[in-house]
Amino acid sequence: MHDWQPTASIESLRRRAGIINQIRHFFAERDVLEVETPALSAAAVSDPHLFPFTTDFIPEGGGASHPLYLHTSPEYPMKRLLAAGSGPIWQLCKVYRNGESGSRHNPEFTMLEWYRTGFDHHSLMEEVDQLVRSVLGCAPARRVTYADLFSDLLVTDIHSCDTPELARLGRERCGFVGELDRDGWLNLLFSHLIEPQLIEPTMVYAFPASQAALAKIVDSDDRLPSAARFELFINGMELANGYFELTDALEQARRFEADQKLRKALDRPVLPVDERLVQALQSGLPECAGVALGVDRLVMLAVGVNSIDEVIAFPASRA
Amino acid sequence: MANYSTNEFKPGLKVMLDGDPCAILENEFVKPGKGQAFNRVKVRNLKNGRVNERTFKSGESLEGADVMDREMEYLYSDGEFWHFMATDGSFEQVGADEKAVSDAKNWLKEQVIYQVTLYNGAPIIVTPPNFVELEVVETDPGVRGDTSGGGTKPAKLMTGAVVKVPLFINIGDVLKVDTRTSDYVGRA
Repeated sequence: MHDWQPTASIESLRRRAGIINQIRHFFAERDVLEVETPALSAAAVSDPHLFPFTTDFIPEGGGASHPLYLHTSPEYPMKRLLAAGSGPIWQLCKVYRNGESGSRHNPEFTMLEWYRTGFDHHSLMEEVDQLVRSVLGCAPARRVTYADLFSDLLVTDIHSCDTPELARLGRERCGFVGELDRDGWLNLLFSHLIEPQLIEPTMVYAFPASQAALAKIVDSDDRLPSAARFELFINGMELANGYFELTDALEQARRFEADQKLRKALDRPVLPVDERLVQALQSGLPECAGVALGVDRLVMLAVGVNSIDEVIAFPASRA
Repeated sequence: MANYSTNEFKPGLKVMLDGDPCAILENEFVKPGKGQAFNRVKVRNLKNGRVNERTFKSGESLEGADVMDREMEYLYSDGEFWHFMATDGSFEQVGADEKAVSDAKNWLKEQVIYQVTLYNGAPIIVTPPNFVELEVVETDPGVRGDTSGGGTKPAKLMTGAVVKVPLFINIGDVLKVDTRTSDYVGRA
């Protein structure tokens, strides 16, 4: 057996190190502060489709233990830093997502996350584009709204397309077996029929308001109010996800609650939400935009490989 | 049969889908950064051979299919069924219908070993070996001395299959044929 050997070539790992240096240089040049936040946290992510790894802190010599969750992204504590007056910040860290494994997924992966005070999602899209171009040497990304993309590639008017029609498309065109809610059908159609066609760099923005996650809802991007959220796709692969960040503490608490309800409905463990994030928003999060970018996938594009194992020395199967 | 979850869909696993036994060919994990995880699965329907792409929510499960591949020797046909016998010493016999032998029909020769796929104990597919040796029963007279290749002519084999052969082949010659492509390989 050669199980001890890395799955990535040393040449790819060299390229990877070079890209990390480029990233560091990119933010140093722009005077953005590098920060570190905990990988182990007392609260978990609320997103109903993410499963954190869980462990316990057990005091040496005895005493009550308490659960800790490995972060799925550094979003919450980075926002707490912003609320504390950090100004623009960036972080490069390992994040952990239980159950995710495939040609584009490894349960631990490297995330680049940064926040820009005073930016909205449009100015941050511009900066993401600059970073990606500096690494890949690719053309500037096309920018297109979620609704326009659907009308170009699949259905004329996604806003007026009812759920049974989405379900019909999902069953016919994706061979889907089972039931989904409206956002589930949209995600199915997007990931199976649209994403694979986004070969040239494409920034998709103005997501349905129901898929806002932690983005503001704005009126300015589309005919209907939409999520001030964007995603970058290259080579049919999702590379980054960004928001014009929600700053309203009440709305944040409401979304946490809605997520918890959905988790319950989906029969998924309901984990503690981050009350400290809500407190930070109450004290005042400056207007800002933030984005998370999958560094392993960026390296995949730079090296020109189709499997994440080819850019990680020891993926889960050899960890 | 046991149930299998999407994360157990390894190539080769046999599951029931739409009431038919199917073999998993590929299984890809698809998950947007925000949203539901899916498994995009390529399956072959073992009854009709068709390959389909299906998508499931990750974590869904399918019932396993009682499907087994056995090495069996072809015995004879009674016109309705094609009879095969197990080579494992059990002398167990099964009769395959026309649909099950459709892909193999042109290549069935007594005493040759075939792979018989059984579903709930009944044969659904008979797969011939990659190469079989069959006698020519009908072809234009051979052109003596022409072994250099060049032209070809049709030749009918003992099973009824017609293959393109070099001009020097004669009735009574035994040929080695590739069953996957129906190509003449050489004289046996």
